[in-house]
Amino acid sequence: MDVVTVEHLSKSFGTLEVIKDISFSVPAGEVLAVIGPSGSGKSTLLRSVTHLEQVSGGTIHVAGQCMVRDGVYADPATLRSICLRVGLVFQNFNLFPHFSALRNISEAQVRVLGRSRREADERSRSLLAKMGLADKAASYPFELSGGQQQRVSIARALALDPAVLFFDEPTSALDPELTGEILKVIRSLASERMTMVVVTHEMQFAREVADRVIFMDGGVIVEEGPAAEVIGNPRMDRTRSFLSRFGGAAR
Amino acid sequence: MLKAIEAMLGGTLVSLAVFFLTLVAALPLALPLALARMSRSRVLSGAVNGYLLVMRGTPLILQLIFVYFAPYYLFGLSYDRFTAVILAFALNYAAYFAEIYRGGIEAVPRGQWEAAKVLGFTRAQTFFRIVLPQVIKRILPPMGNEVITLVKDTALAQTIGVAELFRAAQNASARQFSTAPIFVAGVFYFVMNWAVSAAFARAERRLAYYR
Repeated sequence: MDVVTVEHLSKSFGTLEVIKDISFSVPAGEVLAVIGPSGSGKSTLLRSVTHLEQVSGGTIHVAGQCMVRDGVYADPATLRSICLRVGLVFQNFNLFPHFSALRNISEAQVRVLGRSRREADERSRSLLAKMGLADKAASYPFELSGGQQQRVSIARALALDPAVLFFDEPTSALDPELTGEILKVIRSLASERMTMVVVTHEMQFAREVADRVIFMDGGVIVEEGPAAEVIGNPRMDRTRSFLSRFGGAAR
Repeated sequence: MLKAIEAMLGGTLVSLAVFFLTLVAALPLALPLALARMSRSRVLSGAVNGYLLVMRGTPLILQLIFVYFAPYYLFGLSYDRFTAVILAFALNYAAYFAEIYRGGIEAVPRGQWEAAKVLGFTRAQTFFRIVLPQVIKRILPPMGNEVITLVKDTALAQTIGVAELFRAAQNASARQFSTAPIFVAGVFYFVMNWAVSAAFARAERRLAYYR
């Protein structure tokens, strides 16, 4: 079963067409990596599927519900219920600075899902423990390192039990020595068969963890296939020249 | 002198009433003004922008006179002077507060709204639970400035005959042929603003637990 299907998606900012007729789907349990140069439209694609951007045309289904059909959006109630099935991890975390790590994870459970504060905190603590941050429940975001903040934000997304988790360059704002801890978390989620779409510049990681890779350039999907093939043995010249900049990843 | 001080304490109560009632009215009134100013509707934001320009671009003393006398000259209606003072002060201060609120709201990163949206918070929940607390922290210093100015502006209430602290001091000064009561009034204002500063410093400390 496909958790996400995108058909003929297009998106323009004014006269600038950033996504041109893109179609793909993500089956349950798959890890899909989206790679490509800056400005290729991959972040916009992610923001469209998570309803942070209004698309110009096309159809998107998420978790069995139709978000937009031929450019026409579903009613607000449907959109909101789709929202609850989708998790998004941002490049720059976007934690709520006035809430402790625990409350960052609990707040939506309480306010949106209607869980009791106790139940929510319990779930938050177990997620923090899973992220290796059991002792940071009371810390505020400014007291945490970038890697710790990003792990809290992953826990925050997981707390709503999403059907699919999207990552928008989750390690790009981190020091190189901190990216490892985030990739480790994503790897462990992959081993639990969490459906994930990861926009990333970490080619080695994409090759190891992703089941499938989409290479985007100029608003279109240039190449798509099993991670080992697209990254290890790309068919298209454009893919090859992009990958060559990542130190011979295209071997 | 004792009598003068007694009169000035009475005037201080009037000044304090003007001060607190203005805050009670202007602090909430400024929020819809700020939101309307940021509205995507050109008509609404344009209208509010015009209002803000007029209220901030003309003297408060003139607005006081207008608010009190305009209904009389236009419709023959006269009403309570004190009410007119509160009305004029609230309309004027709400304009300044609105611009401070707007600055504070616009300073909250867009990512905060987006993170809340993806988590399923409604727009109202996002505003009141996520954005507003951060806005309050950011706007405390400029709000402190405005509130201190308000304490001193209460002296303008005498323009339309409301006997507040400064008027009481001037009366005492005339009776005693001495400027001393005026300077005593100055001490009164200073003490009030010392309390205002202390209250704001305390609020800033209380919100210092996060960055």
